[in-house]
Amino acid sequence: MPPIDVELRNVIKEFPARRNETPVRAVDDVSLQIDDGEFFALLGPSGCGKTTTLRMIAGFEETTYGEILIRGKAVQHVPPFHRPVNTVFQDYALFPHMTVLQNVMFGLEMEGVKRAEARTRAIQALELVRLPKAIDRKPRQLSGGQQQRVALARALVKKPTVLLLDEPLGALDLKLRKEMQFELKTMQRNLGITFIFVTHDQEEAMTMADRIAVMDQGKVLQVGTPEEIYETPATQFVADFIGETNFIRGNVLSSNGKYITVKLDETTTMKAVSDQPVADNQEVLIALRPEKINVFAAKGTIQYDEGSSESTEDYKKALLRDPNINLMRAKVLQDVYIGTDTRYSLDIPGNQDIVARVQNFGLRSDTYFTSGQEINIFWNAENARVLTK
Amino acid sequence: MADQALGSRSAGGQAIEFDQGKIRRDMLIRRIGKIGLLINPIFAYFFLWAPIIVLVVFSFNAGRNVFVWQGFSVQWYTNIFNNTIQAGTEAANFNTQQILNAVGNTIVVGIAATIISTALGTLVALGLVRGRFPGKKALDAILYLPVVIPEIAQGVSLLVFFGILFDYAESVSGSRVSYGLGTIVIGHVVFCMSYVAIVVRARLADMNPRLEEAARDLGANEWQTFWRVTFPLILPGVVAGALLAFTISLDDFVVTFFVQGVGTSTLPILVYSMLKRRVPPEINAISTLMLLVSTILVGVSLAMQGRNAAKRT
Repeated sequence: MPPIDVELRNVIKEFPARRNETPVRAVDDVSLQIDDGEFFALLGPSGCGKTTTLRMIAGFEETTYGEILIRGKAVQHVPPFHRPVNTVFQDYALFPHMTVLQNVMFGLEMEGVKRAEARTRAIQALELVRLPKAIDRKPRQLSGGQQQRVALARALVKKPTVLLLDEPLGALDLKLRKEMQFELKTMQRNLGITFIFVTHDQEEAMTMADRIAVMDQGKVLQVGTPEEIYETPATQFVADFIGETNFIRGNVLSSNGKYITVKLDETTTMKAVSDQPVADNQEVLIALRPEKINVFAAKGTIQYDEGSSESTEDYKKALLRDPNINLMRAKVLQDVYIGTDTRYSLDIPGNQDIVARVQNFGLRSDTYFTSGQEINIFWNAENARVLTK
Repeated sequence: MADQALGSRSAGGQAIEFDQGKIRRDMLIRRIGKIGLLINPIFAYFFLWAPIIVLVVFSFNAGRNVFVWQGFSVQWYTNIFNNTIQAGTEAANFNTQQILNAVGNTIVVGIAATIISTALGTLVALGLVRGRFPGKKALDAILYLPVVIPEIAQGVSLLVFFGILFDYAESVSGSRVSYGLGTIVIGHVVFCMSYVAIVVRARLADMNPRLEEAARDLGANEWQTFWRVTFPLILPGVVAGALLAFTISLDDFVVTFFVQGVGTSTLPILVYSMLKRRVPPEINAISTLMLLVSTILVGVSLAMQGRNAAKRT
């Protein structure tokens, strides 16, 4: 276990009330443990408190309640300029009256590093972010991507224990953003510095972070690796915020350990997985990712790539040998071809609409269904998870 | 269905008819409006600038008469500088030494008032923009008060205020302080400070507060942050405010008139006392010189503010 670098204990941040209003609780009882050398993302919609959390770690905001520890030392009353933490701001906040080199040297000068040494180290930092040629330019002469690199060099030259990044890629265009995502990740691996990173972009968080904390309305809803967050979302919000999810409603018929059987309508049941005990007849909400759903024709034969074929009835029988398979009829409401996949809106028993994403393996005509068609759909019960509300 | 409806309408489209008379009438109104818009600023600028142009032109008049042009001359300028203001005129009661004294007073007061009001005004602006305290909005509004209240009221209030202050000082220390350059400087600081604060505050409000956070994040304490980041960035605003303060102080009459002491006349006061009965031509020359200095200072101030605006984009 690597040592804990940053720890938040029951941190609350309340902003003072305006006239006739209750105080705004921007961060509500947040506890986090961020390991040394970890790439940690705070993910959530705007206004969820992620930036306020970051600003409290940086020292720009004071905590209303709770403790923030950096390397085991409480820092609530340590001003930002004494914290071993540096920030890359969303708008970079480069000093417009200084050159790139002066910007990067600023932090070292404040430490009292001698000019010659500060210069050498600043140039090294600029080489690290692959921007060694622009040292004498002013920030406004640089492109957004270059400014971002300067901001990164300016923070990294201080060799912080923790680097905080507030939506650092938000202002970049899509292509540059993708490039920077991988570059940041590589840089973080090589440097071994803990990165805490705020974003509202779930894909960005998944790409870069070792672990993600999903926040909403000031609370941390779930902390986990990208896979854990995606595959086993803890709440409806998390499931909905990260990727696309179907929510299926049903009543519990029976449960057997973590497996439960849920009744969708009088004739249809499905199996799902629940991490906590459920009572019979309880109404539950089940999350099912669209790409976990498989589709095949309602009747006729299924053609395989290698040339063989199988009747749908035989295929169904083979599938049902696995007790964890949920198989049911569905009606295609809408079919949308989007290149790599086809998106089907489906009407399933219990009068519920769900979406299935099917990868377009072969030629389109072979596997394509159109609206109004009755088809078979199936998925593994492991992929259908009961959500806590 | 909607498509069909649209289609049938265009297929059976009727010819559009214009009311030619109406169009002609509207075009005429537009033309009159355009001419009016052209003439209006000509009048406005004429009334604004004509008196000043007359003043400047007649400062180069060869004759004594300030209303009839009698040829080009720089004699009124040379009179001032050579101390040869002609005898028998009102201006003859004044000599170059007095004018130089007044100029000296004006500059001393201007510089002192500028330095003090710039320092105070900048601090006020910093407090109003960066500070968090109750009553901030009210203080913000009060900032404009010295700019909008009549100068005469300000002059009178300062006179009364100083009177009370001096009486109290005398009762405490036994010695009498009186009006002089000091009171003029204080009087000028009172209104100059507001101008400085307004200009600096605009500059400061435009400044990204993240820059100061970034400085603190990089290890600068509050003092270092101010001198290394905040001040260089608001400096153009501070300089512009200072120039504005200096200009206003230079040609202030009303407040100065109320709080001046014996022998501490500034140039505007001297000019006023020179033309009590008639306008001696030297006045034109002095006024033109003052106008020149003020225009240059305001021009530089505006240029500094404009440069910042360009820089920010």
